[in-house]
Amino acid sequence: MRHIISILIENESGALSRVAGLFSARGYNIESLTVAPTEDATLSRMTVVTRGSDDVIEQITKQLNKLIDVVKLIDLAESIHVERELMLVKVKTTDETREEIKRLSEIFRGKIIDVTVTSYVIEMTGPSDKLDAFVLALDEEAVIEVVRSGPMGMSRGEKGLHL
Amino acid sequence: MELSGGEIVVQSLIDEGVEFLFGYPGGAVLHLYDAIFHQEEVKHILVRHEQAAVHSADAYARSTGRPGVVLVTSGPGATNAVTGIATAHLDSIPMVIISGQVGTPVIGSDAFQEVDMVGITRPCVKHNFLVKDLADLAVTMKKAFHVATTGRPGPVVVDIPKDITDPSIKIPYVYPEEISMRSYNPVVKGHSGQIKKAVDLLLQAKQPMIYAGGGVILGNGSDELTAFARLLNYPVTNTLMGLGGYPATDKQFIGMLGMHGTYEANMGMHESDVIIAIGARFDDRVTGKLDEFCPYAKIIHIDIDPSSISKTVKVDVPIVGEVTTVLKEMISLINASNIEIDQKALTEWWSQVNKWRDVNCLEYNRESKVIKPQYVIEQLYQVTNGDAFVTSDVGQHQMFASQYYHFDKPRRWINSGGLGTMGFGLPAAIGVKLAHPDAEVACVTGEASIQMCIQELATATQYSTPVKVINLNNQYMGMVRQWQEFSYESRYSQSYMDTIPDFVKLAEAYGHVGMRIDKPEDVRPALEEAFAMKDRLVFMDIMTDRTENVYPMIEAGKAHHEMKLRVAPGTPINRELA
Repeated sequence: MRHIISILIENESGALSRVAGLFSARGYNIESLTVAPTEDATLSRMTVVTRGSDDVIEQITKQLNKLIDVVKLIDLAESIHVERELMLVKVKTTDETREEIKRLSEIFRGKIIDVTVTSYVIEMTGPSDKLDAFVLALDEEAVIEVVRSGPMGMSRGEKGLHL
Repeated sequence: MELSGGEIVVQSLIDEGVEFLFGYPGGAVLHLYDAIFHQEEVKHILVRHEQAAVHSADAYARSTGRPGVVLVTSGPGATNAVTGIATAHLDSIPMVIISGQVGTPVIGSDAFQEVDMVGITRPCVKHNFLVKDLADLAVTMKKAFHVATTGRPGPVVVDIPKDITDPSIKIPYVYPEEISMRSYNPVVKGHSGQIKKAVDLLLQAKQPMIYAGGGVILGNGSDELTAFARLLNYPVTNTLMGLGGYPATDKQFIGMLGMHGTYEANMGMHESDVIIAIGARFDDRVTGKLDEFCPYAKIIHIDIDPSSISKTVKVDVPIVGEVTTVLKEMISLINASNIEIDQKALTEWWSQVNKWRDVNCLEYNRESKVIKPQYVIEQLYQVTNGDAFVTSDVGQHQMFASQYYHFDKPRRWINSGGLGTMGFGLPAAIGVKLAHPDAEVACVTGEASIQMCIQELATATQYSTPVKVINLNNQYMGMVRQWQEFSYESRYSQSYMDTIPDFVKLAEAYGHVGMRIDKPEDVRPALEEAFAMKDRLVFMDIMTDRTENVYPMIEAGKAHHEMKLRVAPGTPINRELA
C-alpha cells in the first residue's frame, strides 16, 4: 500500500542523506521525496512517498524515528489528509495545437506560465493521479519535458505536525 | 577560560571523566595531539593500527560500561577505524570516535588525506557530526557523549576539520552540564498496561522460556534478570551477547541458544508456549528459519529500541523501555498478582527440559590423543576459577569459548557478536586489561583471526598489558572449513593457510613469552604456568585437532528443532508431555 510519510527534521547538512541512506541501506522503496525548510528555519519538512506491507511501513517509521535528527513524523495514510503535487510541463505548440492545449490545460486548471512561438510551459497542481491524467491527455510527441515535485500533504482539521 | 579547538576537545574529555584515549596521530589531528601533550588527565594509548584503537576502546566500554573514546586522523586513519566502528554499532557499544578532517576551506576538493567520514560512517554509527564552527565544538562533544551513552547505546563519530583545532584561535570554554535535544528523547519507562498484560501471560504459561540478550548487560540489568527468573523458576537461555547476564552455573540456566546453542535451549524455545525476550533482537543466528521459529509460543519482547520490536519476528506483547525499569515493575506485579503459576505444568516442563539436557550435547571425545579445543577452554575455565575476562576473535574458537567457559558475571565475555569481526580479540584484551589491571584477561583466538591484528602485540608491550593469548591453532579457518565440510562436500577452498608464523618466536620478538603446546596432558600445566606469570603477556600457541567441528549446529535455513548433533540424541521429543 502507498504511504505518505511526513517528517519534521532538524535543518542540518546531511539530514537528507540520512533519510535517503536509510531507505537504500534497508532496501525500502522510495517513490518520491520532497524537502524544504518550514516557517521555523531550524526545521525542514520532508515528505516521502513509499510503498510496502504494514510490517515494512512500521519498520520504516520506526527506523526514521530512530534517526537522531528526526524530530517527529506522521504517516498521512493513517488519517484523512490533503495531498498536492506541483508539475511543470513544457509542450511543443503549433498553430494547429495551441488552442487545444490551452483548453486542455484549463480543463485541468493548469496555468500557462511561459509562452514562446513554439512552446508553452504549463503549471499544474493537484493530486498525483490528476497530473498523470493530464500528461496522458497530451500528445506524447508534444511533450518536451515534465518536472514534478513529488506529493506533499497534511492532515485535515486542526491537528498538525509541529513541535 | 579561553581555549583553542584542540584544547576544547581534550578539556571536554577531561570533563567527561575519560580515562583512556585510544588513537594514532596524523596530519589533521596534530593540533589535537599537541593539546594532549600538555595534560596528564587523559592517558593516550598509542595503538599500531586504527582498527585496533576502536576495538580496544570498544572492549574498554564493554567491560566497564563507560564510553570508549578514540582519536584518529583523517583519510586512511578514519577509514581504518570504520571496521571497528561498525563492530561497535552492531553490538550497541557506547563510543565516541573523534576523527580529524582536512581544513574547512578545502573540504570537497579531494585534498590530501580527505575522505567524507560523515558519509562513510553514516550507516554504521548511532549518529555523527561534522563540526564546522569552533563555537559548536564543546556542545557537539557533549551531544556526542549524550547520544552514545543513552537509550540504545552506540558509537558516535565527531569529525573535526583541522582549522577548527587551530591553536591560535581561542574562545571561551563552557562545557554544558546537561544537554537536551528536541529530536532525541529515548524512552525509559515501559507502558504499564503492556507490562501488566505481559505478566498475566507469563504467569499463565505452561512451558515458559526466558530468552535474554546483550541488552541486559548494556542496561546493567543482570541483578534484576536474576531476581525475575528466580522468582518465576523458569528456564533461562542467553544469546551470545547476553552470556554472563544470567549466571551460567545457575540451575535454571540452560545454555546459549541459536546456531551453536545447546540442545536444551533450542528445543526449549521450539516447544515453548510463552517466551519473554529481554534485551535481545531475534538475530538470524538466534532464530534460524524464521517461519518455524517458536511455532507454539506467544512472545513478549522488552527492548529499549522500538525498531527492534517486530523487526523479524512478530511479537504479541511489545514493551519499549529500559530492561531494569521494566523488570523491576514486573517483579512487583508478579509479587502482587493473584494468578497462581501452574506448578504441575512447570514441573513437567522442567522434567522435559532436563531430558533434553541429558542429551549432553556439548560432550566431546575426552580420550583424544590430539588436543581438543573444548578441553582447552574447560581447562582455562578451571585455571581462572571462571572469573577471567575472556575476549575472543571470530570463528570456531569463539563458539567453543562461549559454550565451555561459564560466565557468571556480566561484562566478562567480550566478543564481536553482530559484525563478527576477526581481529577483535587481541586489541579487545588490551582495552579490558587497561580497565581492569588486576583481573585475569584471556584472549581466546585462532591462528587466522590473531593475524588480523597481531601488530597489537607491540601496544601490549608498550603499556604492559599482560594478557594471556590462547591461540587454538588448527591450521585452518576452522569455521569456514566446517561449513565447507557440511555444505561444499569438503572442498576446502582457501580455508587453509600454507604458512603460519612461528608464534613463539613472534611473541618473543615483541618482548613477550611464547609457548607451544601440542599434547593434551601439557595443556593444564602450561595454562597454570602462563597465568602464574602475572606481569607477562603469554602467547600460548596450542595445536588443536584440525578436524574438530562446533556442535550442536543449526545449519542455514533450518529451524531450532533440526539441530545437527555430534551424537544423535537418545531422548525422543515428546510433545504429549505438555
